Amino acid sequence: MSIVGAVTEPHAYLRSQTRWRPVELAFWLATLLPYVLFPDYLVLASAIAITALFALSLDLILGYAGIVSLGHAAFFGLGAYTAGLAAKHGWGEPISGLALGGLVAGIVGYGASLIVARFRHLALIMITLGMGLLLEQAANSASWLTGGADGLQGVKMWPIFDVFRFDLYGKTAYGYSLGVLFIVFLVARRLINSPFGLSLRGIRENALRMPALGAPSRAHIRKIYTIAAVIAGFAGALLAQTTETVSLEAFGFQRSADVLVILILGGTGRLYGGLVGAIIFMVARDQFSGNTPQFWYFWIGILLVAVVMFLPNGVLGGLARLGALLRGRAP
Amino acid sequence: MSAPALSTRGLDKRFGSLVVARDIEFSLPQGARYALIGPNGAGKTTLINLMTGMLRPDAGHILLGDDEITRLAPDQRVRRGLVRTFQINTLFPHLNPLEAVTLAVCERQGIARTWWRPITSYGAAVDEAYAILGSLMLSADCYRPTRELPYGRQRLLEIALALATRPKVLLLDEPAAGVPRDESRELFEVIAGLPGDITVLFIEHDMNFVFRFASRIIVMVGGGILLEGTPHEVAADPRVREVYLGARHG
Repeated sequence: MSIVGAVTEPHAYLRSQTRWRPVELAFWLATLLPYVLFPDYLVLASAIAITALFALSLDLILGYAGIVSLGHAAFFGLGAYTAGLAAKHGWGEPISGLALGGLVAGIVGYGASLIVARFRHLALIMITLGMGLLLEQAANSASWLTGGADGLQGVKMWPIFDVFRFDLYGKTAYGYSLGVLFIVFLVARRLINSPFGLSLRGIRENALRMPALGAPSRAHIRKIYTIAAVIAGFAGALLAQTTETVSLEAFGFQRSADVLVILILGGTGRLYGGLVGAIIFMVARDQFSGNTPQFWYFWIGILLVAVVMFLPNGVLGGLARLGALLRGRAP
Repeated sequence: MSAPALSTRGLDKRFGSLVVARDIEFSLPQGARYALIGPNGAGKTTLINLMTGMLRPDAGHILLGDDEITRLAPDQRVRRGLVRTFQINTLFPHLNPLEAVTLAVCERQGIARTWWRPITSYGAAVDEAYAILGSLMLSADCYRPTRELPYGRQRLLEIALALATRPKVLLLDEPAAGVPRDESRELFEVIAGLPGDITVLFIEHDMNFVFRFASRIIVMVGGGILLEGTPHEVAADPRVREVYLGARHG
Protein backbone atom coordinates (compact mmCIF):
# COMPACT_ATOMS: atom_id res chain seq x y z
CA MET A 1 0.00 0.00 0.00
CA SER A 2 1.60 3.22 -1.08
CA ILE A 3 1.43 6.16 1.26
CA VAL A 4 0.11 9.27 -0.38
CA GLY A 5 2.59 12.06 0.05
CA ALA A 6 3.36 15.49 -1.26
CA VAL A 7 5.05 14.10 -4.35
CA THR A 8 1.99 12.26 -5.66
CA GLU A 9 0.73 13.60 -8.93
CA PRO A 10 -2.96 14.61 -8.76
CA HIS A 11 -4.15 12.43 -11.64
CA ALA A 12 -2.48 9.37 -10.16
CA TYR A 13 -4.03 10.18 -6.81
CA LEU A 14 -7.55 10.48 -8.22
CA ARG A 15 -7.13 7.30 -10.26
CA SER A 16 -6.04 5.47 -7.12
CA GLN A 17 -9.25 6.62 -5.43
CA THR A 18 -11.47 5.12 -8.13
CA ARG A 19 -9.57 1.92 -8.88
CA TRP A 20 -11.19 -1.47 -8.26
CA ARG A 21 -9.73 -2.97 -5.11
CA PRO A 22 -9.08 -6.71 -4.74
CA VAL A 23 -11.50 -6.86 -1.80
CA GLU A 24 -14.26 -5.57 -4.08
CA LEU A 25 -13.68 -8.30 -6.63
CA ALA A 26 -13.63 -10.83 -3.77
CA PHE A 27 -16.93 -9.46 -2.48
CA TRP A 28 -18.69 -9.82 -5.81
CA LEU A 29 -17.27 -13.31 -6.40
CA ALA A 30 -18.51 -14.24 -2.93
CA THR A 31 -22.04 -13.25 -3.89
CA LEU A 32 -22.08 -16.35 -6.10
CA LEU A 33 -21.25 -18.64 -3.15
CA PRO A 34 -24.86 -19.17 -2.03
CA TYR A 35 -25.42 -21.31 -5.15
CA VAL A 36 -22.73 -23.71 -3.92
CA LEU A 37 -22.76 -23.38 -0.13
CA PHE A 38 -26.38 -22.55 0.77
CA PRO A 39 -28.62 -23.79 -2.04
CA ASP A 40 -31.51 -23.98 0.44
CA TYR A 41 -31.22 -20.27 1.20
CA LEU A 42 -31.46 -18.81 -2.29
CA VAL A 43 -34.86 -17.26 -1.56
CA LEU A 44 -33.28 -15.42 1.37
CA ALA A 45 -30.27 -14.52 -0.76
CA SER A 46 -32.60 -12.99 -3.34
CA ALA A 47 -34.38 -10.98 -0.65
CA ILE A 48 -30.99 -9.77 0.58
CA ALA A 49 -29.95 -8.67 -2.91
CA ILE A 50 -33.21 -6.74 -3.28
CA THR A 51 -32.81 -5.09 0.12
CA ALA A 52 -29.20 -4.27 -0.73
CA LEU A 53 -30.36 -2.57 -3.93
CA PHE A 54 -32.91 -0.56 -1.95
CA ALA A 55 -30.24 0.43 0.59
CA LEU A 56 -27.86 1.38 -2.22
CA SER A 57 -30.55 3.72 -3.51
CA LEU A 58 -30.87 5.37 -0.10
CA ASP A 59 -27.09 5.62 0.21
CA LEU A 60 -26.94 7.75 -2.94
CA ILE A 61 -29.16 10.41 -1.38
CA LEU A 62 -28.31 10.01 2.31
CA GLY A 63 -24.68 8.90 2.24
CA TYR A 64 -23.60 11.09 -0.65
CA ALA A 65 -25.89 14.11 -0.79
CA GLY A 66 -26.82 14.12 2.92
CA ILE A 67 -30.57 14.02 2.29
CA VAL A 68 -32.33 12.20 5.11
CA SER A 69 -35.45 10.26 4.15
CA LEU A 70 -37.90 8.39 6.33
CA GLY A 71 -40.24 7.62 3.45
CA HIS A 72 -38.03 5.94 0.92
CA ALA A 73 -40.39 2.96 0.75
CA ALA A 74 -42.72 5.19 -1.28
CA PHE A 75 -40.64 4.53 -4.38
CA PHE A 76 -40.07 0.89 -3.51
CA GLY A 77 -43.84 0.45 -3.26
CA LEU A 78 -44.46 2.28 -6.54
CA GLY A 79 -42.02 0.01 -8.35
CA ALA A 80 -43.51 -3.07 -6.71
CA TYR A 81 -47.13 -2.25 -7.53
CA THR A 82 -46.31 -1.10 -11.07
CA ALA A 83 -44.44 -4.30 -11.93
CA GLY A 84 -46.99 -6.39 -10.05
CA LEU A 85 -49.97 -4.80 -11.81
CA ALA A 86 -48.34 -5.11 -15.22
CA ALA A 87 -47.82 -8.84 -14.65
CA LYS A 88 -51.29 -9.32 -13.21
CA HIS A 89 -52.88 -7.69 -16.21
CA GLY A 90 -51.15 -9.81 -18.76
CA TRP A 91 -47.67 -8.43 -19.20
CA GLY A 92 -45.41 -10.75 -17.24
CA GLU A 93 -42.18 -10.03 -19.09
CA PRO A 94 -39.72 -9.33 -16.26
CA ILE A 95 -37.17 -6.93 -17.80
CA SER A 96 -39.70 -4.50 -19.25
CA GLY A 97 -41.78 -4.78 -16.07
CA LEU A 98 -38.67 -3.85 -14.10
CA ALA A 99 -38.04 -0.88 -16.38
CA LEU A 100 -41.64 0.23 -16.03
CA GLY A 101 -41.43 0.03 -12.23
CA GLY A 102 -38.31 2.19 -12.27
CA LEU A 103 -39.93 4.65 -14.67
CA VAL A 104 -43.06 5.20 -12.57
CA ALA A 105 -41.01 5.54 -9.38
CA GLY A 106 -38.70 7.96 -11.18
CA ILE A 107 -41.53 10.17 -12.42
CA VAL A 108 -43.05 10.41 -8.94
CA GLY A 109 -39.55 10.82 -7.51
CA TYR A 110 -38.89 13.78 -9.76
CA GLY A 111 -42.15 15.38 -8.66
CA ALA A 112 -41.25 14.81 -5.01
CA SER A 113 -37.74 16.17 -5.58
CA LEU A 114 -39.20 19.58 -6.42
CA ILE A 115 -40.29 19.75 -2.77
CA VAL A 116 -37.47 17.75 -1.20
CA ALA A 117 -34.72 19.94 -2.71
CA ARG A 118 -36.04 22.94 -0.79
CA PHE A 119 -35.68 21.50 2.69
CA ARG A 120 -33.11 19.99 4.99
CA HIS A 121 -32.84 18.25 8.34
CA LEU A 122 -35.97 17.79 10.45
CA ALA A 123 -38.33 19.33 7.89
CA LEU A 124 -37.03 16.88 5.32
CA ILE A 125 -37.60 13.91 7.64
CA MET A 126 -41.19 15.01 8.22
CA ILE A 127 -41.88 15.64 4.52
CA THR A 128 -40.49 12.29 3.37
CA LEU A 129 -42.29 10.54 6.21
CA GLY A 130 -45.52 12.23 5.18
CA MET A 131 -45.12 11.30 1.53
CA GLY A 132 -44.51 7.66 2.48
CA LEU A 133 -47.61 7.49 4.68
CA LEU A 134 -49.64 9.25 2.00
CA LEU A 135 -48.79 6.71 -0.69
CA GLU A 136 -49.34 3.79 1.69
CA GLN A 137 -52.84 4.99 2.50
CA ALA A 138 -53.55 5.75 -1.16
CA ALA A 139 -52.61 2.16 -2.04
CA ASN A 140 -54.75 0.92 0.85
CA SER A 141 -57.86 2.79 -0.20
CA ALA A 142 -57.49 2.01 -3.91
CA SER A 143 -58.20 -1.63 -3.14
CA TRP A 144 -60.00 -2.13 -6.49
CA LEU A 145 -56.55 -1.71 -8.06
CA THR A 146 -54.09 -2.89 -5.43
CA GLY A 147 -56.09 -5.47 -3.52
CA GLY A 148 -55.80 -3.25 -0.46
CA ALA A 149 -54.85 -4.98 2.77
CA ASP A 150 -55.14 -8.40 1.11
CA GLY A 151 -52.29 -7.57 -1.20
CA LEU A 152 -52.00 -7.94 -4.95
CA GLN A 153 -52.74 -11.51 -5.99
CA GLY A 154 -52.45 -13.24 -9.33
CA VAL A 155 -49.06 -11.92 -10.40
CA LYS A 156 -47.79 -14.30 -13.08
CA MET A 157 -44.27 -13.87 -14.36
CA TRP A 158 -42.92 -15.08 -17.68
CA PRO A 159 -39.46 -16.64 -17.86
CA ILE A 160 -36.54 -14.22 -18.03
CA PHE A 161 -35.32 -13.97 -21.64
CA ASP A 162 -37.95 -16.66 -22.35
CA VAL A 163 -35.54 -19.18 -20.83
CA PHE A 164 -35.17 -18.93 -17.04
CA ARG A 165 -38.39 -19.79 -15.23
CA PHE A 166 -38.91 -18.50 -11.70
CA ASP A 167 -38.69 -21.55 -9.44
CA LEU A 168 -39.65 -22.33 -5.85
CA TYR A 169 -36.03 -22.56 -4.70
CA GLY A 170 -35.12 -19.05 -5.79
CA LYS A 171 -32.41 -20.10 -8.25
CA THR A 172 -33.66 -17.78 -10.98
CA ALA A 173 -34.83 -15.17 -8.49
CA TYR A 174 -31.39 -14.84 -6.91
CA GLY A 175 -29.57 -14.74 -10.22
CA TYR A 176 -31.98 -12.10 -11.49
CA SER A 177 -31.86 -9.92 -8.35
CA LEU A 178 -28.10 -10.24 -8.09
CA GLY A 179 -27.64 -9.37 -11.75
CA VAL A 180 -29.77 -6.24 -11.44
CA LEU A 181 -28.00 -5.28 -8.20
CA PHE A 182 -24.60 -5.67 -9.84
CA ILE A 183 -25.50 -3.63 -12.93
CA VAL A 184 -27.03 -0.84 -10.85
CA PHE A 185 -24.01 -0.95 -8.55
CA LEU A 186 -21.70 -0.42 -11.54
CA VAL A 187 -23.73 2.60 -12.60
CA ALA A 188 -23.80 3.98 -9.04
CA ARG A 189 -20.06 3.48 -8.72
CA ARG A 190 -19.49 5.41 -11.92
CA LEU A 191 -21.82 8.14 -10.72
CA ILE A 192 -20.07 8.72 -7.41
CA ASN A 193 -16.68 8.90 -9.13
CA SER A 194 -17.93 11.55 -11.56
CA PRO A 195 -17.86 15.35 -11.22
CA PHE A 196 -21.53 15.12 -10.25
CA GLY A 197 -20.68 12.65 -7.49
CA LEU A 198 -18.06 15.06 -6.18
CA SER A 199 -20.63 17.85 -6.08
CA LEU A 200 -23.02 15.60 -4.15
CA ARG A 201 -20.35 15.07 -1.53
CA GLY A 202 -19.93 18.84 -1.46
CA ILE A 203 -23.63 19.26 -0.67
CA ARG A 204 -23.34 16.72 2.14
CA GLU A 205 -20.20 18.31 3.55
CA ASN A 206 -21.31 21.92 3.40
CA ALA A 207 -24.63 22.94 1.91
CA LEU A 208 -23.88 26.62 2.62
CA ARG A 209 -20.66 26.72 0.65
CA MET A 210 -22.04 25.11 -2.51
CA PRO A 211 -24.08 28.11 -3.73
CA ALA A 212 -21.09 30.31 -2.86
CA LEU A 213 -19.16 28.27 -5.46
CA GLY A 214 -21.87 28.81 -8.04
CA ALA A 215 -23.26 25.31 -7.64
CA PRO A 216 -26.96 24.79 -8.42
CA SER A 217 -27.44 22.55 -5.37
CA ARG A 218 -31.18 22.15 -5.82
CA ALA A 219 -30.78 20.94 -9.40
CA HIS A 220 -28.17 18.45 -8.20
CA ILE A 221 -30.51 17.24 -5.45
CA ARG A 222 -33.44 16.88 -7.85
CA LYS A 223 -31.30 14.79 -10.15
CA ILE A 224 -29.91 12.40 -7.52
CA TYR A 225 -33.29 12.09 -5.81
CA THR A 226 -34.87 11.07 -9.11
CA ILE A 227 -32.09 8.57 -9.81
CA ALA A 228 -32.46 7.12 -6.30
CA ALA A 229 -36.22 6.84 -6.79
CA VAL A 230 -35.70 4.88 -10.02
CA ILE A 231 -33.35 2.47 -8.24
CA ALA A 232 -35.78 2.06 -5.33
CA GLY A 233 -38.45 1.37 -7.95
CA PHE A 234 -36.26 -1.35 -9.45
CA ALA A 235 -35.88 -2.91 -6.01
CA GLY A 236 -39.63 -2.90 -5.46
CA ALA A 237 -40.26 -4.34 -8.91
CA LEU A 238 -37.76 -7.13 -8.23
CA LEU A 239 -39.56 -8.06 -5.02
CA ALA A 240 -42.94 -8.14 -6.77
CA GLN A 241 -41.59 -10.24 -9.62
CA THR A 242 -39.56 -12.71 -7.57
CA THR A 243 -42.27 -13.31 -4.96
CA GLU A 244 -45.19 -12.93 -7.40
CA THR A 245 -47.15 -10.93 -4.87
CA VAL A 246 -47.24 -7.39 -3.50
CA SER A 247 -48.51 -6.36 -0.10
CA LEU A 248 -49.06 -2.94 1.45
CA GLU A 249 -45.94 -3.63 3.46
CA ALA A 250 -43.99 -2.61 0.31
CA PHE A 251 -45.05 0.98 1.08
CA GLY A 252 -44.79 0.57 4.85
CA PHE A 253 -43.09 2.88 7.30
CA GLN A 254 -41.34 -0.22 8.66
CA ARG A 255 -39.59 -0.69 5.34
CA SER A 256 -38.42 2.94 5.27
CA ALA A 257 -37.12 2.63 8.83
CA ASP A 258 -35.47 -0.74 8.20
CA VAL A 259 -33.53 0.47 5.19
CA LEU A 260 -32.24 3.43 7.20
CA VAL A 261 -31.13 1.04 9.96
CA ILE A 262 -29.47 -1.20 7.38
CA LEU A 263 -27.53 1.68 5.87
CA ILE A 264 -26.38 2.98 9.24
CA LEU A 265 -25.34 -0.51 10.34
CA GLY A 266 -23.28 -1.01 7.20
CA GLY A 267 -21.96 2.53 6.92
CA THR A 268 -23.21 5.46 4.86
CA GLY A 269 -21.45 7.03 1.92
CA ARG A 270 -19.48 3.94 0.95
CA LEU A 271 -21.66 2.20 -1.66
CA TYR A 272 -20.93 -1.14 0.02
CA GLY A 273 -22.45 -0.03 3.33
CA GLY A 274 -25.99 -0.83 2.23
CA LEU A 275 -24.88 -4.16 0.81
CA VAL A 276 -23.06 -5.28 3.94
CA GLY A 277 -25.82 -3.86 6.14
CA ALA A 278 -28.45 -5.79 4.19
CA ILE A 279 -26.57 -9.05 4.66
CA ILE A 280 -26.20 -8.51 8.43
CA PHE A 281 -29.77 -7.35 8.91
CA MET A 282 -31.49 -9.99 6.81
CA VAL A 283 -29.40 -12.91 8.08
CA ALA A 284 -29.90 -11.73 11.66
CA ARG A 285 -33.64 -11.48 11.11
CA ASP A 286 -33.71 -14.93 9.57
CA GLN A 287 -31.82 -16.38 12.54
CA PHE A 288 -33.47 -14.49 15.39
CA SER A 289 -37.05 -14.35 14.25
CA GLY A 290 -37.65 -18.12 14.27
CA ASN A 291 -39.78 -18.47 17.41
CA THR A 292 -40.79 -14.89 18.21
CA PRO A 293 -41.00 -12.85 15.00
CA GLN A 294 -41.39 -9.47 16.70
CA PHE A 295 -38.83 -10.01 19.43
CA TRP A 296 -35.94 -9.93 17.01
CA TYR A 297 -36.08 -6.14 16.92
CA PHE A 298 -34.75 -6.32 20.46
CA TRP A 299 -31.51 -7.67 19.05
CA ILE A 300 -31.46 -5.26 16.14
CA GLY A 301 -31.98 -2.46 18.69
CA ILE A 302 -28.93 -3.55 20.66
CA LEU A 303 -26.91 -3.94 17.49
CA LEU A 304 -27.91 -0.50 16.25
CA VAL A 305 -27.06 1.23 19.53
CA ALA A 306 -23.73 -0.59 19.71
CA VAL A 307 -22.79 0.27 16.15
CA VAL A 308 -23.71 3.93 16.45
CA MET A 309 -21.81 4.19 19.76
CA PHE A 310 -18.66 2.30 18.85
CA LEU A 311 -18.58 2.36 15.06
CA PRO A 312 -19.97 5.76 14.06
CA ASN A 313 -19.17 5.02 10.41
CA GLY A 314 -20.88 1.66 10.50
CA VAL A 315 -19.41 -1.80 10.16
CA LEU A 316 -17.52 -0.84 7.00
CA GLY A 317 -16.11 2.28 8.65
CA GLY A 318 -14.89 0.09 11.50
CA LEU A 319 -13.32 -2.38 9.09
CA ALA A 320 -11.60 0.44 7.20
CA ARG A 321 -10.14 1.73 10.47
CA LEU A 322 -9.01 -1.76 11.42
CA GLY A 323 -7.38 -2.14 8.02
CA ALA A 324 -5.55 1.15 8.44
CA LEU A 325 -4.35 0.07 11.90
CA LEU A 326 -3.05 -3.24 10.56
CA ARG A 327 -1.15 -1.46 7.82
CA GLY A 328 0.41 0.69 10.52
CA ARG A 329 -0.82 3.96 9.08
CA ALA A 330 -2.81 5.05 12.08
CA PRO A 331 -0.92 6.60 15.01
CA MET B 1 -15.84 55.39 -18.82
CA SER B 2 -16.49 51.80 -17.88
CA ALA B 3 -19.18 50.90 -15.36
CA PRO B 4 -18.06 50.14 -11.81
CA ALA B 5 -17.43 46.44 -11.18
CA LEU B 6 -19.93 46.40 -8.32
CA SER B 7 -22.24 49.07 -6.98
CA THR B 8 -25.22 49.42 -4.67
CA ARG B 9 -27.99 52.00 -4.49
CA GLY B 10 -30.07 52.72 -1.42
CA LEU B 11 -29.68 49.27 0.13
CA ASP B 12 -31.85 48.79 3.23
CA LYS B 13 -32.27 45.79 5.49
CA ARG B 14 -33.84 45.45 8.90
CA PHE B 15 -34.54 42.53 11.22
CA GLY B 16 -37.65 43.64 13.08
CA SER B 17 -36.73 46.98 14.61
CA LEU B 18 -33.00 46.40 14.21
CA VAL B 19 -31.60 48.26 11.21
CA VAL B 20 -28.62 46.29 9.86
CA ALA B 21 -28.19 48.18 6.58
CA ARG B 22 -29.28 51.76 6.02
CA ASP B 23 -29.19 53.42 2.61
CA ILE B 24 -25.93 51.74 1.56
CA GLU B 25 -24.45 53.32 -1.56
CA PHE B 26 -20.97 52.72 -2.92
CA SER B 27 -19.30 51.60 -6.09
CA LEU B 28 -16.13 49.64 -6.70
CA PRO B 29 -14.19 50.55 -9.86
CA GLN B 30 -12.76 47.73 -11.98
CA GLY B 31 -9.67 46.22 -10.38
CA ALA B 32 -9.98 48.32 -7.21
CA ARG B 33 -8.76 47.35 -3.74
CA TYR B 34 -11.29 48.52 -1.16
CA ALA B 35 -11.34 47.81 2.55
CA LEU B 36 -14.53 47.73 4.59
CA ILE B 37 -13.94 48.55 8.24
CA GLY B 38 -16.02 49.37 11.27
CA PRO B 39 -16.61 48.20 14.83
CA ASN B 40 -18.20 44.83 15.56
CA GLY B 41 -21.88 44.83 14.73
CA ALA B 42 -21.52 47.66 12.20
CA GLY B 43 -23.13 45.46 9.52
CA LYS B 44 -20.07 44.57 7.43
CA THR B 45 -20.85 40.86 7.08
CA THR B 46 -24.52 41.68 6.60
CA LEU B 47 -23.55 43.87 3.67
CA ILE B 48 -21.61 40.98 2.13
CA ASN B 49 -24.61 38.71 2.70
CA LEU B 50 -26.82 41.23 0.93
CA MET B 51 -24.50 41.63 -2.03
CA THR B 52 -24.03 37.87 -2.49
CA GLY B 53 -27.73 37.10 -2.18
CA MET B 54 -27.61 35.22 1.11
CA LEU B 55 -29.93 37.91 2.45
CA ARG B 56 -32.62 39.76 0.50
CA PRO B 57 -32.60 43.55 0.92
CA ASP B 58 -35.86 45.27 1.90
CA ALA B 59 -35.11 48.02 -0.61
CA GLY B 60 -32.37 49.13 -2.97
CA HIS B 61 -30.42 47.79 -5.92
CA ILE B 62 -27.21 45.86 -6.46
CA LEU B 63 -25.44 46.07 -9.80
CA LEU B 64 -22.64 43.87 -11.10
CA GLY B 65 -21.19 45.90 -13.95
CA ASP B 66 -24.28 47.17 -15.76
CA ASP B 67 -26.46 44.25 -14.71
CA GLU B 68 -29.00 44.41 -11.94
CA ILE B 69 -28.47 41.33 -9.74
CA THR B 70 -30.65 42.29 -6.76
CA ARG B 71 -33.03 39.37 -7.32
CA LEU B 72 -30.62 36.68 -8.45
CA ALA B 73 -29.97 33.60 -6.32
CA PRO B 74 -26.54 33.32 -4.68
CA ASP B 75 -25.27 30.67 -7.10
CA GLN B 76 -26.36 32.74 -10.11
CA ARG B 77 -24.39 35.72 -8.81
CA VAL B 78 -21.32 33.54 -8.39
CA ARG B 79 -21.62 32.32 -11.98
CA ARG B 80 -21.64 35.97 -13.06
CA GLY B 81 -18.43 36.60 -11.17
CA LEU B 82 -19.43 37.93 -7.73
CA VAL B 83 -17.76 35.65 -5.19
CA ARG B 84 -17.15 35.73 -1.45
CA THR B 85 -15.15 34.00 1.25
CA PHE B 86 -16.35 33.45 4.79
CA GLN B 87 -15.22 34.85 8.12
CA ILE B 88 -15.83 31.46 9.73
CA ASN B 89 -14.35 28.59 7.71
CA THR B 90 -17.04 27.28 5.39
CA LEU B 91 -15.22 24.32 3.89
CA PHE B 92 -15.81 20.65 3.12
CA PRO B 93 -14.34 18.86 6.19
CA HIS B 94 -14.05 15.36 4.70
CA LEU B 95 -12.92 16.39 1.22
CA ASN B 96 -9.29 17.15 0.67
CA PRO B 97 -8.23 20.45 -0.92
CA LEU B 98 -7.67 18.84 -4.32
CA GLU B 99 -11.21 17.46 -4.36
CA ALA B 100 -12.73 20.66 -3.02
CA VAL B 101 -11.03 22.94 -5.54
CA THR B 102 -11.66 20.48 -8.39
CA LEU B 103 -15.32 20.56 -7.38
CA ALA B 104 -15.34 24.35 -7.68
CA VAL B 105 -13.61 24.24 -11.07
CA CYS B 106 -16.08 21.62 -12.35
CA GLU B 107 -19.02 23.72 -11.20
CA ARG B 108 -17.66 26.76 -13.01
CA GLN B 109 -17.07 24.81 -16.22
CA GLY B 110 -20.54 23.28 -16.08
CA ILE B 111 -19.22 19.71 -16.04
CA ALA B 112 -20.51 19.07 -12.51
CA ARG B 113 -23.75 17.85 -14.09
CA THR B 114 -21.95 14.97 -15.74
CA TRP B 115 -22.52 11.73 -13.92
CA TRP B 116 -21.57 9.11 -16.46
CA ARG B 117 -17.88 10.01 -16.89
CA PRO B 118 -15.27 9.69 -14.14
CA ILE B 119 -13.60 12.78 -12.77
CA THR B 120 -10.25 11.41 -13.99
CA SER B 121 -11.32 12.00 -17.58
CA TYR B 122 -11.41 15.75 -16.91
CA GLY B 123 -7.67 16.19 -16.63
CA ALA B 124 -7.71 19.91 -17.41
CA ALA B 125 -10.06 20.68 -14.50
CA VAL B 126 -7.85 18.69 -12.13
CA ASP B 127 -4.73 20.43 -13.44
CA GLU B 128 -6.32 23.82 -12.94
CA ALA B 129 -7.30 22.95 -9.37
CA TYR B 130 -3.79 21.73 -8.65
CA ALA B 131 -2.30 24.91 -10.10
CA ILE B 132 -4.53 27.09 -7.92
CA LEU B 133 -3.51 25.11 -4.85
CA GLY B 134 0.12 25.47 -5.87
CA SER B 135 -0.21 29.24 -6.25
CA LEU B 136 -1.52 29.41 -2.66
CA MET B 137 1.23 27.18 -1.29
CA LEU B 138 -1.21 24.34 -0.60
CA SER B 139 0.26 21.63 -2.88
CA ALA B 140 1.85 19.77 -0.01
CA ASP B 141 -1.46 19.55 1.85
CA CYS B 142 -3.76 18.82 -1.04
CA TYR B 143 -4.37 15.12 -0.24
CA ARG B 144 -5.10 15.58 3.47
CA PRO B 145 -8.73 15.85 4.56
CA THR B 146 -9.58 19.50 5.11
CA ARG B 147 -10.55 18.98 8.75
CA GLU B 148 -7.00 17.78 9.51
CA LEU B 149 -5.33 20.88 8.09
CA PRO B 150 -3.89 23.55 10.40
CA TYR B 151 -6.20 26.51 10.77
CA GLY B 152 -4.04 28.88 8.73
CA ARG B 153 -4.05 26.43 5.81
CA GLN B 154 -7.83 26.26 5.98
CA ARG B 155 -7.98 30.04 5.69
CA LEU B 156 -5.90 29.78 2.50
CA LEU B 157 -8.25 27.10 1.18
CA GLU B 158 -11.14 29.52 1.70
CA ILE B 159 -9.46 31.82 -0.82
CA ALA B 160 -8.45 28.96 -3.14
CA LEU B 161 -12.09 27.88 -3.45
CA ALA B 162 -13.16 31.40 -4.32
CA LEU B 163 -10.40 31.76 -6.93
CA ALA B 164 -11.47 28.51 -8.59
CA THR B 165 -14.73 30.21 -9.56
CA ARG B 166 -12.73 32.85 -11.52
CA PRO B 167 -14.24 35.86 -9.73
CA LYS B 168 -14.55 39.29 -11.28
CA VAL B 169 -15.35 40.77 -7.89
CA LEU B 170 -14.05 39.08 -4.76
CA LEU B 171 -15.45 39.86 -1.31
CA LEU B 172 -13.11 38.69 1.46
CA ASP B 173 -14.75 38.52 4.88
CA GLU B 174 -11.94 38.84 7.42
CA PRO B 175 -9.54 36.53 5.57
CA ALA B 176 -7.13 36.44 8.51
CA ALA B 177 -9.78 36.04 11.23
CA GLY B 178 -8.43 33.87 14.02
CA VAL B 179 -4.98 33.51 12.48
CA PRO B 180 -2.14 34.43 14.88
CA ARG B 181 -0.45 37.69 13.94
CA ASP B 182 2.85 36.10 12.99
CA GLU B 183 1.13 33.61 10.66
CA SER B 184 -1.15 36.11 8.99
CA ARG B 185 1.67 37.49 6.84
CA GLU B 186 1.37 34.53 4.46
CA LEU B 187 -2.33 35.27 3.99
CA PHE B 188 -1.77 38.95 3.42
CA GLU B 189 0.90 38.17 0.83
CA VAL B 190 -1.59 35.98 -1.02
CA ILE B 191 -4.22 38.73 -0.99
CA ALA B 192 -1.69 41.37 -2.05
CA GLY B 193 -0.69 39.06 -4.92
CA LEU B 194 -4.21 38.54 -6.30
CA PRO B 195 -4.46 39.23 -10.05
CA GLY B 196 -4.98 42.92 -10.78
CA ASP B 197 -8.09 42.37 -12.91
CA ILE B 198 -10.01 41.01 -9.91
CA THR B 199 -11.86 43.72 -8.00
CA VAL B 200 -11.40 43.14 -4.27
CA LEU B 201 -13.40 44.33 -1.29
CA PHE B 202 -12.17 43.01 2.03
CA ILE B 203 -13.20 43.26 5.65
CA GLU B 204 -10.19 43.29 7.94
CA HIS B 205 -9.34 44.40 11.44
CA ASP B 206 -5.57 44.53 10.95
CA MET B 207 -5.17 48.25 10.25
CA ASN B 208 -1.55 47.91 9.12
CA PHE B 209 -2.70 45.68 6.33
CA VAL B 210 -5.76 47.78 5.53
CA PHE B 211 -3.72 50.95 5.19
CA ARG B 212 -0.98 49.26 3.18
CA PHE B 213 -3.18 47.32 0.77
CA ALA B 214 -6.41 49.29 0.27
CA SER B 215 -6.63 52.15 -2.17
CA ARG B 216 -9.83 53.33 -0.52
CA ILE B 217 -11.58 52.54 2.75
CA ILE B 218 -15.29 52.40 3.54
CA VAL B 219 -16.13 52.91 7.21
CA MET B 220 -19.40 51.45 8.48
CA VAL B 221 -21.14 52.21 11.75
CA GLY B 222 -24.55 51.04 12.92
CA GLY B 223 -25.65 49.69 9.54
CA GLY B 224 -24.74 52.81 7.58
CA ILE B 225 -21.69 54.11 5.77
CA LEU B 226 -19.96 56.75 7.92
CA LEU B 227 -17.52 57.80 5.24
CA GLU B 228 -15.48 56.58 2.30
CA GLY B 229 -12.05 57.88 1.44
CA THR B 230 -8.39 57.22 0.92
CA PRO B 231 -6.47 55.68 3.84
CA HIS B 232 -5.02 59.10 4.49
CA GLU B 233 -8.43 60.79 4.68
CA VAL B 234 -9.87 58.05 6.86
CA ALA B 235 -6.95 58.14 9.27
CA ALA B 236 -7.29 61.88 9.64
CA ASP B 237 -11.05 61.92 10.16
CA PRO B 238 -12.02 62.72 13.75
CA ARG B 239 -15.31 60.78 13.47
CA VAL B 240 -13.42 57.57 12.71
CA ARG B 241 -11.15 58.08 15.68
CA GLU B 242 -14.18 58.66 17.86
CA VAL B 243 -15.96 55.51 16.63
CA TYR B 244 -12.93 53.32 17.13
CA LEU B 245 -11.88 54.76 20.46
CA GLY B 246 -15.48 54.77 21.64
CA ALA B 247 -15.92 51.15 20.57
CA ARG B 248 -12.73 50.12 22.31
CA HIS B 249 -13.38 51.86 25.55
CA GLY B 250 -17.11 51.24 25.59
